[in-house]
Amino acid sequence: MSETIPGLPGQIKSRPRRAGTLASLLAAAALLLPSTALAQAGRIDAADTSWILVATALVLFMTIPGLALFYGGLVHAKNVLSVLMQCLALTGAVTIVWLVFGYSLAFDPTGMVAGETGLHAFIGGLSRMFLADVEASTAWGSIPEILFFSFQMTFAIITPALIVGAFAERMKFSAMLVFSLVWLVLVYTPICHMTWGGDGSFFGDMGVLDFAGGIVVHITAGIAALVACIVVGPRTGYGTTPMFPHNLTMTITGTAMLWVGWFGFNGGSALTASGDAAMAITVTHISASAAALTWMGIEWFLHEKPSALGLATGAIAGLAAVTPASGFIGPMGGLAIGIASGWLCYIASTSVKRKFGYDDSLDVFGVHGVGGFVGTILAGVFCAQSFGGNMGYIDIPSQVGRQLGAAVITIVYTAVVTWAILKAVDAVIGLRIDADGENQGLDLTLHDETGYRL
Amino acid sequence: MKKIEAIIKPFKLDAVKEALQGLGIQGMTVSEVKGFGRQRGHTELYRGAEYVVDFQPKVKLEVVVSDDRVEPAIDAIIGAASTGKIGDGKIFVSSLGDVVRIRTGERGEAAI
Repeated sequence: MSETIPGLPGQIKSRPRRAGTLASLLAAAALLLPSTALAQAGRIDAADTSWILVATALVLFMTIPGLALFYGGLVHAKNVLSVLMQCLALTGAVTIVWLVFGYSLAFDPTGMVAGETGLHAFIGGLSRMFLADVEASTAWGSIPEILFFSFQMTFAIITPALIVGAFAERMKFSAMLVFSLVWLVLVYTPICHMTWGGDGSFFGDMGVLDFAGGIVVHITAGIAALVACIVVGPRTGYGTTPMFPHNLTMTITGTAMLWVGWFGFNGGSALTASGDAAMAITVTHISASAAALTWMGIEWFLHEKPSALGLATGAIAGLAAVTPASGFIGPMGGLAIGIASGWLCYIASTSVKRKFGYDDSLDVFGVHGVGGFVGTILAGVFCAQSFGGNMGYIDIPSQVGRQLGAAVITIVYTAVVTWAILKAVDAVIGLRIDADGENQGLDLTLHDETGYRL
Repeated sequence: MKKIEAIIKPFKLDAVKEALQGLGIQGMTVSEVKGFGRQRGHTELYRGAEYVVDFQPKVKLEVVVSDDRVEPAIDAIIGAASTGKIGDGKIFVSSLGDVVRIRTGERGEAAI
């Protein structure tokens, strides 16, 4: 019977059950024959592996330096290093946690049976702690498992890195590290497992579509950001003092790096070097373009001038929104999602934000949270064949219902657990620096460094 | 000896510098400042909200001249810095207690 490969929801490929006794025996037998000692059972495909190797580098590039620069330029000059440092430090820290047990919790298939909802529908086991039993030649579908580990790690890195935008310029570095790593384990790994764990995963069995992380990355990060910016509180002076980006050249540069890197994020989520990957990057790019122009158009209409930051933010909104849908839709779907997200994320980042008064400093909720949600819902529409998608004659209302259900569950779970982690960290080490430190800037206060010496 | 401080529009700096050099004035100090008088600020757009920024970038030019050169210097500055629009700037003239050349220790007008 065909089985869904973990990490590739919604796409059915035939593949034998992994890591069985037979495979071990074959491996042992192969070792006895010198000429085939290094041969795998012919499952690792060189083309697929090449592409995912590149995609892994592209997605890491999105965090360092793409996101780092995007965020860095948006804060005050006195806080630029703190943002760059948070992204860089999270890259290292998440890597270690992922190695130790993050990957296992997210992707260990032990105990998972299609249609059964036990513990392992929600979280993996520990059989892959420290990448036990995974060698260079171990396969995961048609790529090495070590590559799947690394590719997914870059997603695990960028998700907490996205959240830092919500509490930029006022959160303690130590608190940020502790919060992010605990959040990774308590929120990211279960949601990732539920969505991408393959057969037996909770959302997977529900038939929820999330190609590259609308639920796993953008909704989780966006909701966590909203909760965090409310719990941590606004920046001192927010609402009365204008707080302009200190270096939009940096921000636009970061945007471009994110845009290009997203080809790896969505295209790589195909896990194959194929037409699917090609379609994914194309619809991604179309959505980014449409959303950027939509945001720009709204600003041009409302304020008589389009802004560089608006254009850039629009592009990110389109990229975030198309992420869950990118492997299931066609170009027209990309266009539609781009326009929808450009418009809705604009509203979320301007009038909604102003109305409710929360200081989501770098619009993580407005762009990633709302964008991810919009894309997750619209994936249920545009995956249908009648809209150019590749899911055949799917019943759209039912699929949208499934998408919405998964989104709501994710939103509630993320919000509650994020709040709890923040409260716990606050009680132990405190979340926020004091007013004097905030005034002087995090770079000097927390790191004894200055970003610019002009 | 008098000190002349002129706040001018930044793009007029070269013209003013040349006009003063044409009078034989050899030294000056220039700094980048912000300020406003009657000139209105500009608006900047951020996240869909327009903010009015009051301060305009300006250049402050300081020269020290002997009393007989004060009026020619003022005329030169006005001639070079004026555009006829609000925001052209102002000139402040103040008396100086003393002037010293650090290298030689000369004082007074010999140090200018």
